[in-house]
Parts: sequence; structure tokens; C-alpha cells
Amino acid sequence: MMRENIMLIYQTYPYLINGSIITIGLVCGALGLGFALGVPMAVGQVYGNKFISGVISLYVWFFRGLPVLVLLFLFYFGLFTLIQLNLSAFTSAILVLGLRSAAYQSQIFRGSIKSIGEGQMLAALSLGMKKYTAIFNIILPQALRISIPGWSNEYAILLKDSAITYAIGVMEILTRANFVATRTYQPMPVYFLAGIIFIILTYGGVKLLNILENKVKTPGYGEER
Amino acid sequence: MNIMHFISKILLPPLLDGLGVTLRLIVFAIPFGYICGIFIAVGRVYGNKLVSFFCTLYTLFFRGTPLLVQLFILYYGLPSVNIFLSPFAAAIIGFILCSGAYHSEYIRGSIQSIKSGQMMAAEALGMTKFTAILSIILPQALRRSIPGCSNEIIYLVKYSSLAFMVTCVELTGAGKIIASRYFEYTLVFLVVGAFYLFMVSVITKILHSLEKKLEIPGIG
Amino acid sequence: MSKLSKNAKAILRVENICKCYNTNEILRGISFEIKKGETKVIIGPSGSGKSTLLRCINQLTIPDKGSIWLEDEEVTQHMKDINRFRQKIGMVFQDFNLFDHLNALRNVEIALIKVKKMDKKEAQEKAIEELRRVGLEKQAHLYPAQLSGGQKQRVSIARALAMDPIVMLFDEPTSALDPELIGEVLEVIKNLAMGGMTMIVVTHEMGFARSVANEIIFIEEGKIIDQGTPHKLFTNPDHERTRKFICKIAELYGETANNK
Repeated sequence: MMRENIMLIYQTYPYLINGSIITIGLVCGALGLGFALGVPMAVGQVYGNKFISGVISLYVWFFRGLPVLVLLFLFYFGLFTLIQLNLSAFTSAILVLGLRSAAYQSQIFRGSIKSIGEGQMLAALSLGMKKYTAIFNIILPQALRISIPGWSNEYAILLKDSAITYAIGVMEILTRANFVATRTYQPMPVYFLAGIIFIILTYGGVKLLNILENKVKTPGYGEER
Repeated sequence: MNIMHFISKILLPPLLDGLGVTLRLIVFAIPFGYICGIFIAVGRVYGNKLVSFFCTLYTLFFRGTPLLVQLFILYYGLPSVNIFLSPFAAAIIGFILCSGAYHSEYIRGSIQSIKSGQMMAAEALGMTKFTAILSIILPQALRRSIPGCSNEIIYLVKYSSLAFMVTCVELTGAGKIIASRYFEYTLVFLVVGAFYLFMVSVITKILHSLEKKLEIPGIG
Repeated sequence: MSKLSKNAKAILRVENICKCYNTNEILRGISFEIKKGETKVIIGPSGSGKSTLLRCINQLTIPDKGSIWLEDEEVTQHMKDINRFRQKIGMVFQDFNLFDHLNALRNVEIALIKVKKMDKKEAQEKAIEELRRVGLEKQAHLYPAQLSGGQKQRVSIARALAMDPIVMLFDEPTSALDPELIGEVLEVIKNLAMGGMTMIVVTHEMGFARSVANEIIFIEEGKIIDQGTPHKLFTNPDHERTRKFICKIAELYGETANNK
């Protein structure tokens, strides 16, 4: 029985590993989209006027309040078809996960921006910088560095949420594992293998981000005399 | 077909049934998940080498793998070793185990943030470790971990939708069934979404007022 | 002491500045002017509005009433253009407010590059020059977290000076420093005054005030109570409150009002 399981794992793991490429692509795409939208949203919420920050808050409430599964169904089967947008499941998944991640990431960056003392902005303004220049060159470089731990948490969450895209047919790790399981009638080893792959991707990625955090740390930060 | 007619006569009845299932799922999973979290956290911090190791492994697995993979293992995997769970049972067990792992991280962090002096003082007064944990450490740690654990509870309300993936027809599942039958995906899922937004808002408010009520005066 | 021309026009004029926060009247009609090369020291109890006053001058805080004139141009009417004025007004903060993610050199350079649009090489040379002026060219590559309080404040002075301002504002520059580090910063500020820089300094350092100020202004509860030369204010002020305040501070800082 054991030998059968090991043989099975040996035969199927390349197929699953290929699935992990799709998964990583999904995660990177969504993370990137979330970052590209999340940073401006955070800046808008902290420095924008009431209308802008109101609209952003509404967006965040919507995308954080709905389950991933509902968002996927709503957009892929509903809205995209409605506006005749014919995107593949993979692209739709990146879009939906990315829009949702933007909502979460904007709150991470918002917290970081707010935690940077008001004095930094005052000093920049007093030197004659425009608000926009100050935000870009003084506030954001610091805020983004402090956000790395929160961001690596978001990476871990996105990685696990990527499995939900099974529901709209994306050929990622879990979909493939299911495929193999139903054909070979050996679900346990396959699902466990899928689980192990996820664990490696999750903790490996977090470790990499940890290394990144240490590399870009401002010298002396946190160990002040 | 008139939208209002569709919503009230065709959509709402099954959705409300599904909502009932969702509520049953979360009413069981939330408290038991939290309790599971407490045990794992205490086991990890105060247990002997074996217990602590097991708890760490548990947390590593349940936080490192997607909830959906865990649900699949419980529902589609276990039958191959002759354990047959109903969709509802598989979903509940999955939610409790997974949620427990996340709760345990928040609680563990809180336990470790309580100064070791408190434990020393308790033992110096003659308390056993067990009594000290129960009466001194946990009351404080549980209060401190409320923000994190509240967050996890709200996650569970949303992730309950995954029960549908193991054929347990809760709110999202009911919606999908109607939506595929009538090709009204956008409308149906906007309504389903509204249900979730409402539930999340209500639960957030409840947890907030609970947090205020349990505040230790002077801390924070 | 710097040379003063009796007929020199005022570089900076502050007219009837008023500021309220909610129901608190922080500033109630402050007016004074300062000529080129003068050093004015503002003293007064905490909460009397001294910091708010400085921030009104470069419009980091917008006053409710009143106007500020820099070289005969009204600052308060030109909010769109305010950055042009801010480049001419240098500000040094009590909490230094150095840019934590940049080393000392970059801190001094960055406004030159981003605001004055200097090219990198020129900016770097000017920055090293300013750091040398405050005695810190060896620490150019250190980050704020690696510097002592006195060094941080000196870098922030260099940063403000690099913009070639025509007037410098110091908001309690030594209040956040450990006692043994105060001297090095006061030394730098004194040298600036000797060199002819026009400055307004808010401080509790009475010895410093006495040796450097052309005029001392005493503000309490948002109004100017007294102003005059150091000699006058320390030996024979017009108002009893001035005398009381100076005595209290002198006691706290270990000098008596009658010392020379």
C-alpha cells in the first residue's frame, strides 16, 4: 500500500509542480495589481479630501466584506459576461484577487504611512518641497519598508486563496490534485502532496520576504542609542 | 421577468435556507475553533517537549495549507481510509481545526507578551502551574488577543462559503444553484454579497462592543 | 555682535498674527519685525504660542488673522507660491525631524536636488560644505539612527542652511538634547549669528540669549508682554511678569538674573 502511494507521488508530482507555476503566476499577478492600486489608495485615504477617501473606504469595505468565492462567481460568471469581457479563468482570477488584495494592502500601507511621525512631513514642507514631492521621496520610502511584514502576511493569504480559484476552473495546484485524485482513486497522498507544496511555497516566500526586509532596512533602525 | 418578482419569489427562499446552513456552520465553528485555539496555544507554550512539538506541527500545517485543501482531505480523502463524513460535518471539522490554528497564533503571542514575572508571582504564592495559567495568564492573554481573534472570526464568516466546495449547500451554494439555473449570475451574487456584507457588519459591531466591555482599565 | 545699519529695511515683518485652536486663543495679535543680520530670541512659558508663531511665519500653520512680509512681499497672500518663500526661510525643529531613511549627506542634499533642481554633483558638493560648516563631514554617511542627539540637530541645521535662506527660525533647538550635547549645537548657532545670519530663536537657554540676541521678546498667553535688549530685560524689565519669568528660568538653569 505504501509502495503504491510512493509510486503515485513519484508519477504525479511533476504535474502538480507545473500547477505551482500557475499558482505562483496567480499570486504574483494579484500581489502586483494589489500593490499598484493599494499604494495610491493609501495615499488617497491619508492625504486626499473627504470625497476621495470616502470612495476608497467604500471600495475597501466592499472588497473586504465579500468572500473570495462570491467575488470570483460575481465577476467571472456575472460582471465580465455582462460587459462582454472575455477573459480566461486565469486572467479573471488575477484581476479579482488583485482587486481584493488592493483593498487589504491599502490598509497595510495606510497604517504605515500614519505611523511615520508628522515631523517628517513638516520638515520636508519647511524646505520648500511640494506635498506630492514629500510624499513620494520622504514618506513612501519609509512607509513601504515598514510595511514588509504586513505585506508578507498578505502574500501568505493570497497563496492560500489561490486554491479557491479551483471553483472557476483555473489549473492551479488543487485543481490538478483533484484531477489526479478522481482518476487514481488515491486522494490522500495526492492531497497531502499538494499540501506540502503549499507549505513550501508559503513559508519559503515569507522567508524570502524576511531576507528582503533585512536587506532594505535603514542602518541603525530600531537599535537607537 | 420582473426583477422584484425574481428576487422575492425565486431567489430569496433558497437563499434564506442557505443562510440557515451558514449560520449553523458559524455558530458551531466559532466557539469551538476558539477553544481549540486556546488548547493549542497553551500546549505550545506550557506543554512538555512532545506536546509543544505536536502543537507547533499542527499550527504549521493548518496555517501553511489552504482551507480548501483541508476540506478536500476531510471530505474526499478520508473515505479512502473508511471514514465517511457528511458535507456538513466535514465543513465544520475543517473550520474548527483551521480556525483553531489561527486563533492559537494570536493567543500564543498574547501569552508570551505577558511578563514572566506574573507566572513567577503566582507560583511563589503557591499556585500550581495549571491554576496560574487558568486564573492569571489566560484572563489577560485572552483579552489582549481579542483584536486578532475578532479578525479571525470575521474571516470564518466569509470562508464559510467554501463549505459549498464540499457539496454543503450554504448561502453561496444556494446562490450558485439558482444563478446557473436562471443565468442571473450578476444579480444573484450581488444579493448574496449584500447578505455577507450585512453579516460581517453586524458581527464586527458585536465584537467591538464585546472588546469594549472586556477592557482592562488602564491598559492601552 | 553683527553690524547693524540703522536704516536697514526689515527682512521679515510679522503683523498682528492671531491663531485659535477650537476655543483656545493661542496667538492674540503678535507683531514685530527683524532687520538683516539681527538675532531675536523669543522666550516665554510653555503653551504661550511660541512654536505656533514660528510655524505661522513659514505657513506650516495658517494664521487666522494677520500677515507676514518677507523682503516686502506678502507671504500670507501667496499661498500658491508658498514653496518659493519656504526656500528662503530655514527652519530647525525641536525634534530634529531628520529623514530617517537617508544618511546625513542625503538629508542635506535632497531638497537641493528636488526643490532647487540642482544637479547631483553640485548638490553633493554643497552638502559636504554645509556639513563641514557644522563640523560633521566625517559623519556624512551615517544614518540618523546612528547619530547622537547633538549630531542630529547639527545635521538638521546644515540641511536648512544648504538652501541659502535669508532668515533662519529655530524652534527650541536644544530642548530635546541631553545636557552635555547642548553646547555643540549652541556653538553652531552662535557662529551663524556672528556670521551675520538673520535669525529668530525660541529657547530657554538664557546664557545663550544674553550673549547672542540683539533683542529679546517675551511672549505669554499669546501676546508680547515685553521686548528689549538683553541687558534691559535681564536687569530692568518694564513688566513684573517678565522679571518673574526670567528669575524662574534662571533658577532652573542655574544662573541668577543678576549675573553678567
